[in-house]
Amino acid sequence: MNPQADPRFVVSPSPHVHSGVTVRRIMLDVVIAMLPALAVALWFFGWNALRLVSACVVGCVAVEWLCRRGMRRDIGVTDLSAVVTGMLLAFNLPPTLPTWMAVVGCAVAVGLGKQVFGGIGYNPFNPALVGRVALTISFPVAMTRWTPWRVPSPLSIEAVTTATPLGAVKTALSSGEPMPYAFDGRTLLDFFLGNQNGCLGEVSAAALLLGAAYLLARGWISWHIPVTYVGTVALLAAAVRATDPAHSIPVAAHLVTGGLMLGALYMATDMVTSPMTKRGHLVFGAGCGVLTFVIRQWGGYPEGVSFSILLMNACTPLINRYTRPRVFGHGGRSPARKTTA
Amino acid sequence: MVIGGAGLVCGAALAFAARFLAVHEDPRIEKVLDILPGANCGGCAYAGCADYARAIVVDNAPINLCAPGGQEVIDRLAAFLGVASQTRERNVAIVLCGGDDEHAGRKFDYNGIADCAAAHAVAGGDKQCVFGCLGYGTCARVCPVGAIEITPQRIARVHPDVCIGCGACVDACPRHLIRLVPAERRIHVLCSSKDKGPRVKEVCTVGCIGCTRCTRLAENEAIRMDGALAVVDYSKDLESEAVIEKCPTRCIVKR
Amino acid sequence: MVPRLFHARPRGVHPDDRKALSAAMPVETLPLPSILRVSMAQHLGAPATPVVKKGEAVRRGQRIGAASGFISAHVHAPTSGTVKAVQDAPTLSGPPAPAVDIEPDGEDAWTDLQPCPAWRNTPAAALVERIAEAGVVGMGGAGFPTHVKLQPPPEKHIDTLIINGAECEPYLTADYRLMLEDPQRIWTGACIIAHVLGVERVRIAIEDNKPDAIAAMAGVVREFKGDAAVVSLETLYPQGAEKQQIRALLGREVPSGGLPMDVGALVENVATACAVHDAVLTGQPLIERIVTVTGTPVQRPKNVRARIGTCFNDLAGFCGGLKGAAKLIAGGPMMGLAQPSLDGAVTKTASGVLALASEECTAFESLPCIGCGRCIAACPAGLVPAELSLYLEAEDYEAAAACHVMDCIECGCCAYVCPARRPMVQHMRRGKAWAAARSRSR
Repeated sequence: MNPQADPRFVVSPSPHVHSGVTVRRIMLDVVIAMLPALAVALWFFGWNALRLVSACVVGCVAVEWLCRRGMRRDIGVTDLSAVVTGMLLAFNLPPTLPTWMAVVGCAVAVGLGKQVFGGIGYNPFNPALVGRVALTISFPVAMTRWTPWRVPSPLSIEAVTTATPLGAVKTALSSGEPMPYAFDGRTLLDFFLGNQNGCLGEVSAAALLLGAAYLLARGWISWHIPVTYVGTVALLAAAVRATDPAHSIPVAAHLVTGGLMLGALYMATDMVTSPMTKRGHLVFGAGCGVLTFVIRQWGGYPEGVSFSILLMNACTPLINRYTRPRVFGHGGRSPARKTTA
Repeated sequence: MVIGGAGLVCGAALAFAARFLAVHEDPRIEKVLDILPGANCGGCAYAGCADYARAIVVDNAPINLCAPGGQEVIDRLAAFLGVASQTRERNVAIVLCGGDDEHAGRKFDYNGIADCAAAHAVAGGDKQCVFGCLGYGTCARVCPVGAIEITPQRIARVHPDVCIGCGACVDACPRHLIRLVPAERRIHVLCSSKDKGPRVKEVCTVGCIGCTRCTRLAENEAIRMDGALAVVDYSKDLESEAVIEKCPTRCIVKR
Repeated sequence: MVPRLFHARPRGVHPDDRKALSAAMPVETLPLPSILRVSMAQHLGAPATPVVKKGEAVRRGQRIGAASGFISAHVHAPTSGTVKAVQDAPTLSGPPAPAVDIEPDGEDAWTDLQPCPAWRNTPAAALVERIAEAGVVGMGGAGFPTHVKLQPPPEKHIDTLIINGAECEPYLTADYRLMLEDPQRIWTGACIIAHVLGVERVRIAIEDNKPDAIAAMAGVVREFKGDAAVVSLETLYPQGAEKQQIRALLGREVPSGGLPMDVGALVENVATACAVHDAVLTGQPLIERIVTVTGTPVQRPKNVRARIGTCFNDLAGFCGGLKGAAKLIAGGPMMGLAQPSLDGAVTKTASGVLALASEECTAFESLPCIGCGRCIAACPAGLVPAELSLYLEAEDYEAAAACHVMDCIECGCCAYVCPARRPMVQHMRRGKAWAAARSRSR
């Protein structure tokens, strides 16, 4: 035997250089982007936020590790995707939820939402939302039990509520009672900054936008899904507000309450479960927006972000199929084709 | 009520359809299919067992094509169809290369798709010996019964007791190292290198160096030279284990 | 017009160009090495047939390999000396092909050359004959025989000649140095090609990260009477790819499976234009080229004028040797061919020899696709590489062919941006090989 040049060269197909992007780096950036919202959650919900976020992160990573081991696959927890799922799931939980329920949510999210399909990349639905919806259906009471909250500038005399703004609005509309909120500038600003009842991570649109700006700057999300999603909701809300002001809330109120910002910025933009092309993003975002608004305005639930995104996740393969780019040299409107065809 | 009614109507319609639109087939096809082992390996050159069963009944295809079934299936088919039983030698696959990573060098570190055909296409494969087994397991992946193992020293090895002789691996190997041979032939020259002796010695310690010693020891010319490579003639009996001991590079083995 | 919005900009990537390593180094001529290994497969098409035997004495520029077939090219002796061997040797892409080993005698004595300074009064056919005789092939990478390109079928009307000086591959500076140091030769070569084709419009395409090359070329083009211009292209890999360049420059799109001549264009690399100049004006065949020897492990990166057949080992030695090289590449980092050893030799298409340290090169991992869509945004051919690679990973070649895998130009943009480190180009090559085999068997 004649061992050649030692150490041996690496031989691989081209290209031989890489942009340096890794799945782990993307996931780490998503975690970083969620830190402002986490800080807001800790500020408003204190110990409960810490308890649920740590339970979900540890739970999701543990479930992922167990699943990979059980399936005798490479242990893939180092890509941090389970951490992202855990944080997102915690962001979608009410602050008083018992820890054990959160852990059940983790098991459903990572186990049924992701690993049964083969792990990262193969899951058709956003795992965190699968976990959240499973919990909503299994534990409807615990999932809608909110802490008492001082309402900024209320219309009625009560200054403390145990409902989310959207929940209070829905109750008022269905029972024919007057609107609970003034929705004046001060209220909306309070809501925007996070002073409202709701799930851990969804209360502060400001913090969520800050994190999303980081993701946009890093290039991991594009503007297409969030803008079309929020834009569609705003457009529909404006239309309904104009025609039926008695049974609707202002456009701005739609944008700063509920899970819209969290969903549009962090969950609808999930790479695995959203379409791959920019045009697909536009379709996906608009679809999410329509569904969310329809559920909010006319549905039985006060909030519809989770269901909308999951429903559109199911449409993703179809959207991908119909929004493929035009292949170079095939048809198109290039003027040269006229002279050559 | 409405849904239940609709379900009832649809069910009835389906039942009708099943009864009246059923394709009438020769009932023997199903019986033959029962006799066949159901491995769907494609070794018979038909598209699965059902296709072969149809071919036997409708087109009078030979009944000795099923490798996994062996003699037992042939006998049962003959009895069922009332034709004379035929014989079939059981064939098994053998990888004619013994140069694993302990004995044969690699010329570079390959980084790409873990597949032999893909690796073979990148700078001609990473093995120093251009004839040797690359060990990326393409044959193992196409094997319907999992009879091929990629050893920790990265070489493909067929387990003859598991192999059904379907030949899928023979076509899959980009270096054409796998042959189907009668199961009772146990002595093999585990080398396919057409290189001359000195070159073989450079790249592998268990390659055939073309010394021709085995061809003189083997009874009735059961080993012949093909250029600088000793090749077993599997149509002839080869019992003498002297060839194994006398091979200077130990590339003749009994398996 | 809505879809235009999404197709208006050419797609591609912006890799770190690393050209500063060698851009400032003037071209140096490599002393005659002790042995030259001239491959007969240096071009697209059938390899040449060796026409010399072992022990034969050859002179510099003498034909040692004859074109075999219409798409093929002659090969010539890079120096005078003795043929040491005629045998199969691995080509830069792997599979073996005949090669002629020549031991130089140090005389470097030319064979008889026939210059043709009066090319303007020479018929096109005679010029094409000279170019074919000189074994000129496309020196940008593909190696398509130039004389074949210069004989388009009569029904194809070519109106524009593009001289490609984009050099969009990172690290490489061979074309850049040629444009700086020898713009006149390039321009004369371009004029000869334009004369052969009867083309009135000539465009010299250079990426805007090489302003001095643009200035140098503009200096010589100014003296031309017809419609000639130096065009600055946006720096974007792969703007040097023929079809992408035609679209960027002329707004014409070569139809799938077609050739540039289908849209009335012809693209020649600057080094090829230079070789055409030599072939016609001095009668010299293509026996040397500029090679960029670069990369951080190379001690003194250089642009080297080397004979065809020069061993990479000699090149590395001339540049101070390699230190800590994990990968050796013939060509650029995006489309070059990784080499198993330093035994490879310079060919007509080898514009660079690049060494990379281990932390600089891609390590493919084949993790699952996470559907980020970055490959789609990067693909200059408008494909969906993510989907294609999934089909090809599952060896579903039919589906890949239906998704236009044959339109892949193997530029490597998809693999460059892939966070899952999937070996996309290798998948595509397998798909293309399968589809090509299928269309042959039909």
